[in-house]
Amino acid sequence: MTIVPAPARMLARLVPPSAPPLLDVRDLHVSFQTPDGVLDAVRGLSFSLDRGRVLGIVGEPGSGKSVATQTMVGLTQGARVAGEARFEGRNLLTMTPRELRSVRGRGIAMIFQNPLSSLHPLHTVGWQIVEMIRAHDTMTKAQARTRAIELLRLVGIARPERRVDDYPHHYSGGMLQRAMIAMALSLNPSLLIADEPTTALDVTVQAQIIRLLRSVQREFGTAIIMITHDLGVVADIADDVMVMYAGRAMETATRDGLFHAPSHPYTRGLFGSSPRADVDEARLTPIPGQPPSLLALPAGCAFQPRCSEAIARCAVSSPALSSVDTDDGHRSACWLTAEAPSS
Amino acid sequence: MTGRISRDGAKSDVLVSIEHVVKEFKVRSARLFARTKDIVHAVSDVTLDIRRGETLALVGETGCGKSTLARCVVRLHDLTSGRIIFDGQDISSASERAMRPVRRRMQMIFQDPYGSLNPRRRVGSIIGDPFEIHDLARGDERIRQVRHLMELVGLNPEHLNRFPGDFSGGQRQRVGIARALALRPDLMVCDEPVSALDVSIQAQILNLLGDLQEELGLTYLFISHDLSVVRHVSDRVAVMYLGTVVEVAPVHALYTHPRHPYTNALLSAMPIRAAERAGDRTEVILAGDPPSPMDPPSGCRFHPRCPRAQARCAIETPVLTRRLHDASEHVTACHFPLADGESLVSEAPAMALS
Repeated sequence: MTIVPAPARMLARLVPPSAPPLLDVRDLHVSFQTPDGVLDAVRGLSFSLDRGRVLGIVGEPGSGKSVATQTMVGLTQGARVAGEARFEGRNLLTMTPRELRSVRGRGIAMIFQNPLSSLHPLHTVGWQIVEMIRAHDTMTKAQARTRAIELLRLVGIARPERRVDDYPHHYSGGMLQRAMIAMALSLNPSLLIADEPTTALDVTVQAQIIRLLRSVQREFGTAIIMITHDLGVVADIADDVMVMYAGRAMETATRDGLFHAPSHPYTRGLFGSSPRADVDEARLTPIPGQPPSLLALPAGCAFQPRCSEAIARCAVSSPALSSVDTDDGHRSACWLTAEAPSS
Repeated sequence: MTGRISRDGAKSDVLVSIEHVVKEFKVRSARLFARTKDIVHAVSDVTLDIRRGETLALVGETGCGKSTLARCVVRLHDLTSGRIIFDGQDISSASERAMRPVRRRMQMIFQDPYGSLNPRRRVGSIIGDPFEIHDLARGDERIRQVRHLMELVGLNPEHLNRFPGDFSGGQRQRVGIARALALRPDLMVCDEPVSALDVSIQAQILNLLGDLQEELGLTYLFISHDLSVVRHVSDRVAVMYLGTVVEVAPVHALYTHPRHPYTNALLSAMPIRAAERAGDRTEVILAGDPPSPMDPPSGCRFHPRCPRAQARCAIETPVLTRRLHDASEHVTACHFPLADGESLVSEAPAMALS
């Protein structure tokens, strides 16, 4: 089996715009019972992702960005989950563990922040890729091994026929993340969820990995969900962006829409508090206060206690996402930009 | 950051001179039954000045020796060779006893606001420790000073009886800053002070550090891997690679026309939060990872990864000196520095498609 990029690329382009989205999440709620009370990690999240697109999910720790995606693939055990997450038309949240297992890998692959802890330290990298392939595909060991070498070469590991028999601790951080990407690609998934894949890496290695992910998306038409706290990473790779805060989507927009005209006060706060590397600037404008505890969320909009533009209504009820620019689907969850309430 | 005293040139005297500092660590050899010990060359012959009132940033990737160098400056490590001159006094081989009065004048704040505070002690007593150690203030006077410090860093002085666990990461970093400020130091070594904090909290701490510098005339040695933060806070930047300093320049000059190919690679690899479509933005992709500091390359240590390396680079170690028409402040250790506006952007494909 060889990798034939062209048809996949064609396919991604040929999908008519009216086709149903690859992933459609509706009103997702995830909460955990803790000794201190119920922790609401995700509170009514809705978004959709088309084939071949890159969605960046930006948020600080505790915003629910990782929990939301992990719930979709069945990695949050013991959570109370409500809502719907349709992947290629089928609801992931009602699947049996067996059905989910077949979706993971073949349909959806994931890579994480710390590749060393995602790999078994006592097996060679190649063995682990071979296992992964053979768990989902009928292939002989030799065929799977050939494919593993081919994948390692594809993601830019030098001399893969030798490195395939190395153990994870022989690899550097950047190489491990490449190996994880190779493993993720082994079954040609239509969606790759990358959860802070470059956060633990140095800046030059980060650039290599982002570049690799970008070419994966281009060559194979793989849709990518890129979870990150770094606005620079989003600017580099995403087509669309969703900004999350305290378990909700605060703003969704195209990449250009968001960077040209951030609308939500929280998004603008994030921009104001991150120093920029490409210009000299005098002083940062931090967001005052602390992110709220998910165990005791404020009434109304979760950002309202830190928001300098809050009005009376913000403390009473929580705004839904509503359109700020209909041309490019830019939406924000803020009373300041909400349309006049209809009767 | 404000308070850039070094820029107006009126006061440019040197607070710390780092002269030919070498720091090597002996480690047990990885080879089985080996009798010899391997040597990690963490810092190799670094010479650098820190000027009074400025913020000097040390940047570089993991393992480049930036933290080791900073720890040598405050003598948390003993030097293998070389000298550290602090305000005219050679402290490189000073005894612990002789170091005591000097230590009051140099303090450090750390990356991890969780690991650097004892969780079982109240923040009031943590911040008061320096007074205790140097026997400077007791009883009510110490409490008064601690309250004052807490106010200075934006903490509520009423909270002095709380434990570190009652505070958020940003507030704990403020506790660490208050403790460092207790003895009114001249030099503050900030080792990745905001890397562990949320984006919205980072800005609060960076602004606080700026305000304190202006108010108290502090000198910062600021260590960071985050080039955006460095551009924001520093007056001058020293770029490190594998134990050596490859370029030193005023911040604006370094970011606008880097001379060293490694600086160019670092800057172009950094994700830019720009509104313009990045799409096919190319960056200098350095092949592989930095070599091991146990067995550094000959000559220029960057030469095996450098796109413009020539035979000379493997033989002759370049020295930090003015290149092309740079100002005297801007020095680069490279035989073949980049011209203005030149960039070593690589067009090589990221995937090896056959």
